[in-house]
Amino acid sequence: MEDSMKVIVFQMDQQKYGANVMEVLSIEELENITSIPRTSEFIKGVVNLRGEITPVIDLKQRLRLGETSREKGTRMLIVQMGDVQAGLLVDEASDVVDIDTSTIEPAPEVINGINESFIKGVAKFDDSLLILLEMDQILNLEEVNELKEAAEEEVE
Amino acid sequence: METNEYMEIFLDESNEHLQSINDNLLELEKQPDNLDLVDEIFRSAHTLKGMAATMEFDDIASLTHKMENVLDKIRKSELAVSEQVIDILVEALEDLEEMVSAINSGEDGSKDVSGLVQQLEQIENGTGTSSGGRNKQETTIMNELALDDYQLTVAHQAAEQGYSTFQITVKLVDGCMLKAARVYMVFEVLEKLGEVIKSVPTVEELEAEAFEQSFSIVLLSNESAESIKSRIHTVSEIDDVTIVAFDAGNEAPEEEQAEEKSQHKSPQPESDKSVSEQEKASGKKSKHASSKTIRVSSDRIDHLMNLFEELVLDRGRLEDISSQLKNQELTDTIEHIARVSQDMQRVILTMRMVPVEQVFNRFPRMVRGLAKDLHKKIDLNIVGAETELDRTVIDEIGDPLVHLIRNSVDHGIESPEERLANGKPEVGNLTLRSYHSGNHVFIEIEDDGEGINREKVANKAIENGLLSADHSQSLKDEDVYQFIFASGFSTAKSVSDISGRGVGLDAVRMKIEALGGDINVESEPGKGSKFSIQLPLTLSILNTLLVHVQDEIYGIPLSSVIETVLLEEKEIMHVQRQKVMDFRGKVVPLVSLQDVFNVQESDVENKNNYQPVVIIKKADKMTGLMVDSFIGKKEVVLKSLGNYLKNVYAISGATILGNGQVSLIIDPNELIK
Repeated sequence: MEDSMKVIVFQMDQQKYGANVMEVLSIEELENITSIPRTSEFIKGVVNLRGEITPVIDLKQRLRLGETSREKGTRMLIVQMGDVQAGLLVDEASDVVDIDTSTIEPAPEVINGINESFIKGVAKFDDSLLILLEMDQILNLEEVNELKEAAEEEVE
Repeated sequence: METNEYMEIFLDESNEHLQSINDNLLELEKQPDNLDLVDEIFRSAHTLKGMAATMEFDDIASLTHKMENVLDKIRKSELAVSEQVIDILVEALEDLEEMVSAINSGEDGSKDVSGLVQQLEQIENGTGTSSGGRNKQETTIMNELALDDYQLTVAHQAAEQGYSTFQITVKLVDGCMLKAARVYMVFEVLEKLGEVIKSVPTVEELEAEAFEQSFSIVLLSNESAESIKSRIHTVSEIDDVTIVAFDAGNEAPEEEQAEEKSQHKSPQPESDKSVSEQEKASGKKSKHASSKTIRVSSDRIDHLMNLFEELVLDRGRLEDISSQLKNQELTDTIEHIARVSQDMQRVILTMRMVPVEQVFNRFPRMVRGLAKDLHKKIDLNIVGAETELDRTVIDEIGDPLVHLIRNSVDHGIESPEERLANGKPEVGNLTLRSYHSGNHVFIEIEDDGEGINREKVANKAIENGLLSADHSQSLKDEDVYQFIFASGFSTAKSVSDISGRGVGLDAVRMKIEALGGDINVESEPGKGSKFSIQLPLTLSILNTLLVHVQDEIYGIPLSSVIETVLLEEKEIMHVQRQKVMDFRGKVVPLVSLQDVFNVQESDVENKNNYQPVVIIKKADKMTGLMVDSFIGKKEVVLKSLGNYLKNVYAISGATILGNGQVSLIIDPNELIK
């Protein structure tokens, strides 16, 4: 099983996405989010995750797919990259599956309008496509900070 | 490599031993014939040698080995402690520290120590210490009783006021029945004559009759030795009284004085012996009893703290549930949990506290070195080293203090010649003081040097465009002095190695403000200056005022809140479209938190006639924060927003409220313009 990898499958707008299980600490139900003023739009705020203040990112907004509507199925994927921990809002987290790494193909230029750098690759799964996300890029602080500065300039 | 797992232990223990060598060396300089100190240093050097050899740090091992040889000679009284010996030992210690810190940062810790090794060998073989022998004789006479820094200062001050310091040894007759009573009577006699600043054994021991036939006292008095002696003899059952003029610990005693003392002393060799015996006995007692401590990494304590907070949240939920169920047994149990967890919280918090001594104890040597380099004479007094501070603060405060102390030594205290010319004692005083007050810890650095020159600072400020010439006249002295904390500011005539580049004080201020503290300076020309630093007791616990802004709850640090007011609509005025209010005759700008933070309008409309305003201050500037309602005061645990959300505007962190909700803590400094 060397060439397979465990992937958490979640959905946004009917499309299935995957995240490497090693990068996901846990899946949480949505709690009360305390919003943080003057930050990028996709930062919904912070939650108390077992005593740790954890920022919550709306993954859809981060990928510029519109805003997540908070419903019963809405979940938070808690991901950790290096010393950064964050929660990602997704429509539904459904499954954990094994993906044969040989079926993963590099991302085509544009998928559903998502910037290519967020995508690790595309895997075939159950006759449909699973978009594997690059968590590193999603939590990339530099771009976040740039966005924030831009937002602040607009305010001023 | 196998040794890796021991590396941490090695580093920890090395630092401990180096610190102990450092302390003992400085002490030894003050009392050169206290062989107990030599023993202590020897032991530390020996342990260090053993550890370094095991870890294959050969240079450390060879240097400590030579130190050991020299110390051993001193121990066997084959070699005297001279200034030269101390200097070389200090130098060796500095090299050792350098090597250990190099190892700490991942290097191999090798260093060319051959020069020092050679010097140590020379000393060991007796060359280059020709003056040692004589020195020793003098010092043995001087240091029967070791005074601590405080007592020395008292003795010095007394000497300035014309009091002499006497060392009195009283021997009671054999078979004296009521020793404690006799001691009491002797003390009563002496207290009429002057001030007793030390006794060996201690007063408690004397009262408990825990001594043989004789005891010693250090007395400050302006009476003559003879009259003191005759007064003591008025107490019965006294066999013998020996009085010796005591040297208050001048490092380089005039030869004449020493001779005088030896005359006093020679007739009573017997009592001398008993004194030194007693001193040995009490010295042993005062030696650090090995404390029962274990090392725990601060990460674990942080983790424990986090888990504990979880527990507190669940406690809050349990309280809610029990108030609904109204079951007496449940309520009682939960109340008990509440009490226990409060105690627990206190314990966990104190675990993070460390005495400021950890930072302070590197300064005596630094000051000694600086004073030598600058040819100044400086007495460093440390007061309140046991004051405890949060670990995180301790780690950060070292560098600013180094800056300030260097500053005082370099610019503050004048050269001995200058001091004498100005009618001050030749030796300058530098005091490092630390104490708790309220929710803060204060650290003060006070010198009796030349003080700050107001004109110079004001001129420089005008030159740098920080101040207009007209304005400078109307400023208070303190306000002018504050300019020395501005960046690129130095009034030093010349840039020296030690300070004067004008980056120091600016960096100091930034650092201290980053710690949530404040720094101030007071000064009197010709008399000296005092820098005082105010620091929060801990960075993690914060007293806040919780307020509602629509549906959100924000915390405002209580330290910057002046007061809260309810304004009527008509009391809100406008100056150029900026809302302002009148606060005791001052015009204070108003800022709406809802606007600043773009808080969503809540559904519930609760318009009332009064506008709640929290008045906050930064230095002497004030701002009114308009909120929707006050909730109350609450002590909260400040948590960072994590690495993902750095530098959020006007937010310094967050906390978790009793119901598990996160509330943001406002950084008032950013809201005041």
